[in-house]
Order: sequence, then structure tokens, then C-alpha cells
Amino acid sequence: MIYREAGQFKTSYAADQAIFPIRLDRIGIAVCLAIAYLAVPAVANDYWLLSILVPFLVFSLAAIGLNILTGYAGQLSLGTGGFMACGAFAAYKLATSFPDLHIIIVFLLSGGVAAAVGVLFGLPSLRIKGFYLAVATLAAQFFLIWMFNKFGWFNNYSPSGVISAPPMHLYGDVYLTGPQSAPVNKYLFLLTFVALMALLAKNLTRCKIGRSWMAIRDMDIAAEIIGIKPLVAKLSAFAVSSFFIGVAGAMWAFVYTGSVEALAFDINRSFQVLFMIIIGGLGSILGSFLGAGFIVLLPIFLNNVPGLIGWHIPVDMIAHLEFMIFGALIIFFLIVEPHGLARLWTLAKEKLRLWPFPY
Amino acid sequence: MFFSWPFFFEVLIGGLLAGVMYSLVALGFVLIFKASGVFNFAQGGMVLFAALTLVGLIELGVPAALAILLAMAAMVVLAYVVEKAVLRPLVNQPPIILFMATIGITFFIDGFGQTLWGSDVHTLDLGIPNTPLFFGDILVNSFDLVAAAVAGILVTVLAIFFQKTRIGRALRAVADDHQAAMSVGIPLRVIWVIVWSVAGLVALVAGIMWGSKLGVQFSLALIALKALPVLILGGFTSIPGAIIGGLMIGAGEKLAEVFIGPFLAGAIEDWFAYMLAMVVLLFRPQGLFGEKIIERV
Repeated sequence: MIYREAGQFKTSYAADQAIFPIRLDRIGIAVCLAIAYLAVPAVANDYWLLSILVPFLVFSLAAIGLNILTGYAGQLSLGTGGFMACGAFAAYKLATSFPDLHIIIVFLLSGGVAAAVGVLFGLPSLRIKGFYLAVATLAAQFFLIWMFNKFGWFNNYSPSGVISAPPMHLYGDVYLTGPQSAPVNKYLFLLTFVALMALLAKNLTRCKIGRSWMAIRDMDIAAEIIGIKPLVAKLSAFAVSSFFIGVAGAMWAFVYTGSVEALAFDINRSFQVLFMIIIGGLGSILGSFLGAGFIVLLPIFLNNVPGLIGWHIPVDMIAHLEFMIFGALIIFFLIVEPHGLARLWTLAKEKLRLWPFPY
Repeated sequence: MFFSWPFFFEVLIGGLLAGVMYSLVALGFVLIFKASGVFNFAQGGMVLFAALTLVGLIELGVPAALAILLAMAAMVVLAYVVEKAVLRPLVNQPPIILFMATIGITFFIDGFGQTLWGSDVHTLDLGIPNTPLFFGDILVNSFDLVAAAVAGILVTVLAIFFQKTRIGRALRAVADDHQAAMSVGIPLRVIWVIVWSVAGLVALVAGIMWGSKLGVQFSLALIALKALPVLILGGFTSIPGAIIGGLMIGAGEKLAEVFIGPFLAGAIEDWFAYMLAMVVLLFRPQGLFGEKIIERV
């Protein structure tokens, strides 16, 4: 009876259309942000910040991007890794060609480059759909990775092919990349950036363009008949999605690993992000975060459990068992909750509204 | 001048024969997609699992013929388990969920096969001759000829199975219309087990051929990715499409690698097949031989 909309009167349209119309939701989000900004940096050590929270935030951003394309606009894509690589290499070229450019501008511009490439590879979606489209997006994946591997221009003719991100600072001597960067700074920067991007994504999906994506997803022919242009809707979905994914790729290379290499963005990365949005929930921004958290934490969990309960298994065996358990868990999740973790949250909210009454 | 007609034909024939090997993998996809509408990403994993099981049994000292039979049995058991544990609980879910589930299956059987048999590279030698033959000026590998013959036999057997037997007719009925097939009394679940078993057997054949050629190792699971452009080129629902798509991809890929690759920094094999398939899709969205997609609101 605590969590409810009854008794919270709206006196303006703006209040009625707010993202979180229920007061408790607003308080909840504020508490979450407070924990993320104040408690986590105080408690977490460098291992947690660098190996869990930073990749979690980067993956969340990529998952939001793919969710816009696949979850909201209904275009199945397996090219996520390619678009991430696009963002990473664009950021590298920008940062090395214009060393004075601010890191935020570099990230946004590299997202723009990825968006342009995304629109290019989104063109087939006007003709084909479903699994045919999914396979066509694999063309983007393989072509882009090949291109970044083969042409020296992209890595400034580095002989080894592995290049490290140049040190870049946010302001003063607060560095985000390079040896002088503190994990806490990386975390706080990513947290702010991802939170703002998530807000942007949430609002995009609630406005006219987001509604046109969902109409295309639900039935493209019917959407066309009521006056939605498939060309605009599909290509804008590809552009926005690739922008998010490109920024995530740039962050992966600059803030997380600190090195730019095409191999980090192979086909497995695409599947990983796809798993995140399926497990988190298609067509849900919250789900992108939940799915990213699940997929980032699961391997760490699987790695540590045998040690904790005293099993000693050879290392290569663990790797294979991890594969098995991962696959089995994916299937288990799909069977138990095909709509993802976000759906569990929705159901819990419904129950809370009625609590303590069953109906 | 590095272009000459005999060389061109040599590359072309080599490519066509390599394409046959792609077709072997693509066939398994088509079978399952036709009968159950599931885009089975696990086909590559099944190829690896079948080959690993076969090699593992042979290395345990089981005679080759018996090992093949046992591997076949293993694939049937796998099909049964997949139907029971994955497909049945997920019935009526949207296709993307089933697709994700098959990726889950891929992870599982990749891990399972390697846990069981180890991840070393095994050699599989079933006495298939691997000697270069010359027809005039053109060099052809005898192994590739055997592979082509095997693929031919496999397709013939499948065609007879589908056209002439009772189960084959039931399979075609299910492929045509699930509900109509059920209403005339065809047990859908049994059909799914059968079709996954047949796909498993096709995977075993593909595993034997690829395994003999490259050695049985984890990378076998990745050839599934090469079979995907074959599929979209030929259409998801067409068995002849899988064969002709495979031939086109194989030949196109090799010709592009040899004659265009040097101008583009090489190794364009990685993506050329996908680009070719994508261009074809722009003109024929259902692939070359797929059923025409009719949409109603």
C-alpha cells in the first residue's frame, strides 16, 4: 500500500508525462544514484571499479544502443562488435589527429562516425527483415573488423597492430586514460556519461520517433499505412543505436582496456551484447542495465564458485565447464522468463501496488 | 600477367569444391528451419560435437565403422534432449527467443564436447585419399572430389527420404503448415526429434569431411558462420538453394580472394561471402530459391 499512484495528483501535463510518475520511483532512483555516486566510490576497491563496474557501465551503454535497434525498432542486428570497433577507431584517429580535442567531444564525434556507418549498413533493412537481416548485419561485423585490421591508416601504421589510447584528461590533471588515471575518476565519469545517455535513450523512446520505431517493430506494413515512413524510422533507429554503440566502443578502448585493437570487437562481443538485451529484456532501458550486470557478473561468479566450495578443477576444464553452464543458464532463463529480467521488475511493481491484497 | 584461363578454372573448380563443403553445413540449417521455423545457430556446434565424438571414440580404440554408428546414436540422443529440454518448453515463443536458445545450445555443446574429449587438435583419418590430380593443366585435389561425391550422395539420400518415405512426407507436411499437419494427426514432437536427428546426421557427415580436412578442433564450430551467407543466398527454406548457394559462395569467395584480394590488402575471404549475399538480398529479399514472402496485415 506504500507503492501506489493513488493520491498523487497531477496538476499539469508535464507532471503527467514525467518519466517516473510515481513518487516512490523518483525517490528510488535518487537513492540508487546517491549510492552509485557516494557509497560505491567509498567502498569499492580498484579491482571492483576497474574489472566489474567500468565494463558493466560500458556494456550497459552498448546494450542500450542495441536495445534501441532490436528491442524498440525490431531490427535484429549481429553487427554490434563492428560498430563498437568503429567508435573505438574513430576515437583513436580523432584523439591522435587533434590532440587538443576534449575527451567528451572525441567520444561524441566518434559516436557520430559510428552512426554514419550504421546508417550505411542499415540500408539493407529497407528491403530485408528478420534473420535475413541478421545475417546481412554480419557483413558489417566481418567487413569492419577486417578493414581495421588490414589498413595501417587506422592504427597510425603501428607495427604490432595493438595500440594504446593516448592519455586524455577531463580537466586539469584528472586523467581518464593513460597511466595517471585513477579508477575512481574513470568510474565517476562513466557513471555520469552513461546515466545521461540512458536518460536520453529513455526520452527518445517515449517521444514521436520512439513510437514510430515501436510501430515498425510491431507491424511494419500497418505502421506504413498509418503514415510512418519506414525509411526514416529504420534508418534513424540504426543511426541512434550505432551512435550509442560507437560511444560504448570508444569508452571500451579508451577508459576500460586502454588499448585499441580490432580483435576485442569480434563476433563474440556482438553475441555478448545480444545476450544482455535478451536476458535483461527487449525494449527496456532498465533491462539493458540488468542484462549487462548479469552477463558481466556471471563469468566472475562461475570462476570463483569452485574455489570457494573447495573444488579443484584444472583451468582448461573450468573454461569448458563455464561455457556449458553459461549456455545452460541462457536456455534456463529463456524458458523461465522469456521477457527478461526487466519483466520480473514490472511484475514485482504490480504486486507492490496491490500489496497486501492479492487482487 | 598472373591471369590465365587454366589458372582461373583451377581456382574456380577449387572454389566450387570448397563450396560443397559449405553446403554440407548449410543443409542442416535448412532442414531444421523448414520443419520447425527455428534458425538453428547450433548447427556449427553440432558439427564440432559430432566430429569430436567420432574422433574420441576412434582414439579409444573403437573400430571406425562402429564409432560412426555410435556417433550417429549420440546425435540422435542429442536431438531428443534438445527437443525435450529446449524446444518443448519454448514452444510458441517468438523466433528470436528460439534463436537465442540455439546460441545457448551452441555454448553448451561446445563446452560439453570439449569437457568430454579435451580441446586438443585431433586428426581424423578415415583413409580418404588426399593426392593432387591433374586434368590437363588443372590441379584438383582428390579429397575435394570425394567430398563432392559424399555431398551428392547425401543430397540424393535426403531427397529420396523426403519424397518417398512416410516420415519424409510427414516432414514436408510439417514444413508446409504446422497446424494443418497436426490436425491430420502428424505428431509434431516426434517430427521435431526426427528432423533434429537428421540435421545431427548431416552435421556428422559435415564433421567427418571438415574434420578430415582441417583436423578436429574448436574452429570447426566457426564454419557455421561461413554457412550463413550460403543460407541467405540460397534461401532458408530450399535444399537445392543450399547446394547452389554453397557453390556460388565457394567459387565467388576463392575467385575474389585470388583475383581481387591482392588489390585490397588480402584476406577478403572473411567478409566477401557476406557482401555477396547482401547484394543478392537487395534484389531478391527471400534469397535465390526461398519461398516468396507474402505479408498480410
